[in-house]
Amino acid sequence: MKNLNTRSGALLKTYSVLVFFLALKAAGNSAMAWGMKQVPERMSINPALYLHAMLNPFVAMGVAALILALLTRMALLSLADLSFVLPVTAVGYVIAVFLGKVFLHEAVSRQRWLGTLLIFAGAVLVGSTSRNTTTTTPLAEDPK
Amino acid sequence: MKWVLVAVMVLATVAGDLLQSHEMKRAGEQSVSARGFARLLHVIAQRRLLILGVACNAVSFFSFMALVQTEPLSFAVPASSASFVLETLLAKFVLHERLGARRAAGALAVLAGVVLVGG
Repeated sequence: MKNLNTRSGALLKTYSVLVFFLALKAAGNSAMAWGMKQVPERMSINPALYLHAMLNPFVAMGVAALILALLTRMALLSLADLSFVLPVTAVGYVIAVFLGKVFLHEAVSRQRWLGTLLIFAGAVLVGSTSRNTTTTTPLAEDPK
Repeated sequence: MKWVLVAVMVLATVAGDLLQSHEMKRAGEQSVSARGFARLLHVIAQRRLLILGVACNAVSFFSFMALVQTEPLSFAVPASSASFVLETLLAKFVLHERLGARRAAGALAVLAGVVLVGG
């Protein structure tokens, strides 16, 4: 019985889905960025160019991870408010800065560190609010 | 041209997220196991507004890709954060979410951070 779930159990589920989303997004974006650098053509309105870019294996892996990330984000939106999901998923920017620093040895300016800190603090603040404030009754229940 | 791309990107992001948030709340809580994903795909197939929301995501994604090909990320990222402001306001007034002081303050800090990281 889903309605007997404890509040902390539901909260844990929300945060695990969030972490899963952030991991998929980071992996997808990194693969995509790496692959796109190897694609010579400049993208335009022409969809054939995008399809051609996907022949690059890194781009293809990136697209696959980003599609899973999209589905995971939709699951997250079923668990929490949009005004909760948007700030907490912004932690992705923080991860991107760290990945760039650690793996690509990018120089991170003081301004970027400050921005990263603000995003993290804001996300923690929003993460501490109640995740679902609308009273919509779900039409479909989890079959478990 | 770059402002047209920004407008298309922001509007598509806002529309896509509002549609998805609205529809996913109605669909009930989902999980991310293999079975969960299968069930989620089933939910998407049954809901036209959800498919429209995903289509908006695609439009937003391709406009962002086109934008970063001609403009630096330091322009594209802060420009895309305009959707963050619009969406948070619409979440309150259209989706009737309760923002509260703590969530509003956190959202503002995140917004400032995104602009600093991009700029």
